[in-house]
Amino acid sequence: MDIHFTPEELAFRSEVRAFLEQNLPADIAGKVRLGRRLSKEDHQRWQKILNKQGWYAVNWPVEYGGTGWSVVQKHIFDEECAAAGAPRLVAFGVNMVAPVIIRFGTPAQKEFYLPRILSSEDWWCQGYSEPGAGSDLASLKTRAERDGDFYVVNGQKTWTTLGQHANRIFCLVRTDPAAKKQEGISFLLIDMDTPGITVRPIITLDGEHEVNEVFFDNVRVPVENLVGEENKGWTCAKYLLTHERTGQAGIGLSKAALAHLKDIASAETVAGRPLIDDPLFRARIAEVEMRLMAVEMSTLRILAATRDGGVPGAESSLLKIQGSEIRQAISGLMRKALGPNALPFLEPELEPDFGGEPLYRDYSASPASQYFNLRKLSIYGGSNEIQKNIIAKQVLEL
Amino acid sequence: MNFELNEEQQMLADTVERLVRNTYGFEQREGFYQSPQGYSPDFWRQLSELGITSVPIATDYEGFGGTGVENMLVMKELGRGLCLEPYLHSQVYAAGLIQQLGSLEQRQQILPSVASGEQLLAVADEEAGTHFHPEASECTAVPCERGWRLSGHKRVVIGGELAHTILVTARMSDGDGVSLFLLDPAAEGVSRTGYPCIDGPKACDLELSGVYVEADALIGPAGKAGPALAYQRGRALAAQCAEALGSMEEAFRLTLEYLKTRQQFGSPIGRFQALQHRMAEMRGELELARSMTILAACVADDPDSSERSRRLAAAKFVVARASELIAEQSIQLHGGIGMTWEYSLAHHAKRLVMLTHQFGDDDFHLGQYSALLELPRQASRQVA
Ligand SMILES: Cc1cc2nc3c(=O)[nH]c(=O)nc-3n(C[C@H](O)[C@H](O)[C@H](O)COP(=O)(O)OP(=O)(O)OC[C@H]3O[C@@H](n4cnc5c(N)ncnc54)[C@H](O)[C@@H]3O)c2cc1C
Repeated sequence: MDIHFTPEELAFRSEVRAFLEQNLPADIAGKVRLGRRLSKEDHQRWQKILNKQGWYAVNWPVEYGGTGWSVVQKHIFDEECAAAGAPRLVAFGVNMVAPVIIRFGTPAQKEFYLPRILSSEDWWCQGYSEPGAGSDLASLKTRAERDGDFYVVNGQKTWTTLGQHANRIFCLVRTDPAAKKQEGISFLLIDMDTPGITVRPIITLDGEHEVNEVFFDNVRVPVENLVGEENKGWTCAKYLLTHERTGQAGIGLSKAALAHLKDIASAETVAGRPLIDDPLFRARIAEVEMRLMAVEMSTLRILAATRDGGVPGAESSLLKIQGSEIRQAISGLMRKALGPNALPFLEPELEPDFGGEPLYRDYSASPASQYFNLRKLSIYGGSNEIQKNIIAKQVLEL
Repeated sequence: MNFELNEEQQMLADTVERLVRNTYGFEQREGFYQSPQGYSPDFWRQLSELGITSVPIATDYEGFGGTGVENMLVMKELGRGLCLEPYLHSQVYAAGLIQQLGSLEQRQQILPSVASGEQLLAVADEEAGTHFHPEASECTAVPCERGWRLSGHKRVVIGGELAHTILVTARMSDGDGVSLFLLDPAAEGVSRTGYPCIDGPKACDLELSGVYVEADALIGPAGKAGPALAYQRGRALAAQCAEALGSMEEAFRLTLEYLKTRQQFGSPIGRFQALQHRMAEMRGELELARSMTILAACVADDPDSSERSRRLAAAKFVVARASELIAEQSIQLHGGIGMTWEYSLAHHAKRLVMLTHQFGDDDFHLGQYSALLELPRQASRQVA
């Protein structure tokens, strides 16, 4: 047993570091560090830089343009990216729909969609949840009825993250209303420019436009946009969800946030003394750091177990819970560190193009907003309660 | 011991409850928030006509002469309605400071118009480095002919953008304690930058560049405002606990209702035992918060003592912890819908969390309480 990286892994880490140092745009890293909102252009700029290096589709098989990295390399890459302040990749295209297309798609679908994902020409969003189908996803109602060479789609999706930027959406739709819940569902790729689609913003409690409602009114989708077999969409959905959960512990992001928290606690003063010297606050930081260490070790252990190509099973649920709770705890300490200075709601300072003088400090506008925004971590991708149900059932066999 | 309200108190509670219910629906509140003033002058006028604005102010100054209990009854309903008016900061905190520190003339001159709701006050006692310790103010008050010149930067003055008069902390010389001055925000050398707080109410930063104030702008003895600030912050936090309680009750009610109606997996989600236990836990914390709010209200006007300080610190600690728990869990139990701007629950969650960023958070009060911890004789001797 040896917890140290091998010389090859260390060399890989240096290579990643050097790449980030030279290629990560400083303006983007600055926004990420200060918790500002990122524009569509910011995301695409970074995706293109990664793609040029061949490091965008980290999880794809090599023959489609993937890296062929080991799980440890992927972990190192994630962590270095987060530490350098790279934006978290928007997963819907490259890390969600692409693996599904690669696994279940036709040659024509692979040939058409994959290059457009790599080049950032396409921006995908995820059309799973509906007003009546959240945790109980399989109860979804959006209908797709066959009409010649088309499916006619009617219904509503909701909580569609960054749907306002997307030109494509992958949807779970009901193709056989008579079948049992999971059995009448299909996985459809839909062009957002098709007539009959309306996207409406949902503003979240932090004032941000991040999620949307998407309405489908007699939307005609070519039959060749079906992925996998008709009525077998649930298989695709489950395959995607395991992929979605794997990256969710967010260790790198937590580490970066923790470093930022220490910066803030060192810069803030309480009655003339740096907050970081306050034993109680310092202990609170120490506590999350120790827990994070434990979650990181656990992540590495679980990753190592899947080194031979396996997909992490119900263990990923454990990591999702722990990882999301730590990120939320850090965000809580970040707003706490500001005391009364967390109160001002300065929306212009959160915008991607803010270039003015901050009211207080460059780091002070975002912590409270971020804290509220990050409540989502324990809700989406299968809520933490649902993850616990999975653990109870699949790990504990209760 | 008696936990009952008397007839007059019950009437007061009912009056405020009714007024808030009728005029402060969530959509109306959103309108007030979006308006240039950021609150409802009309609601304030109604509070004034019903005598509610005068509740915390002594009868000598045309007030109602309410105690901590009356403040609690008012603030609880304002919390339930997520009201945006600076009642706590103006009527309770600022007026309390003037009542405690002001000369007879200052009290007579200012307080009646505050009681009637015509004049709004605010307190500028936080700066970049104070962080709940107003006695650490670094603003300066330099004596000049027939007065002082104030300089420094005040942060997050709640209600400061609306206030007609602002109470400002400043220090005359390094070794001194803080002093408190009355400031006309329209005076030369004052610049105000207004903004909304993330939980709704408006606040401002104040840049003071050698602002001239007259000799009689000083409230109370020079350099000795510290104890009064601490005492009045105690009164304010007691009232703030009640505000949190009203908001917690509402967040809890909305969540309970949602658990009974939201269907997933073919049944109301309230059927899931995991969520039932979570709600039971929240209910327990809510009950503790209610008790501590009552305790705080009952001791808020007691003479200063370490017993009073301990109880108030304990109240804020318990209420702050409960507020964060109920805010976070109410969102969690709602799922995505709990995170939306157009649903009042999310705004209760924001209010509950951000109340802990005023008058001290749980850590601050844990520290205060620890410092005042009663020890057996022997132990205290060892510490000394
Ligand atoms: C910011 C954000 C972004 C999102 N982005 C997307 C997106 O891009 N695409 C997409 O398709 N979806 C997206 N979602 C939706 C997300 O997946 C759902 O919110 C999630 O599945 C929960 O569903 P719900 O909100 O309807 O809550 P509900 O399912 O109604 O759950 C409400 C509460 O009940 C609990 N609960 C439900 N069932 C059980 C049970 N059996 N046992 C115990 N507790 C239970 C839940 O944990 C939760 O606490 C997003 C959500 C958010 C908040």
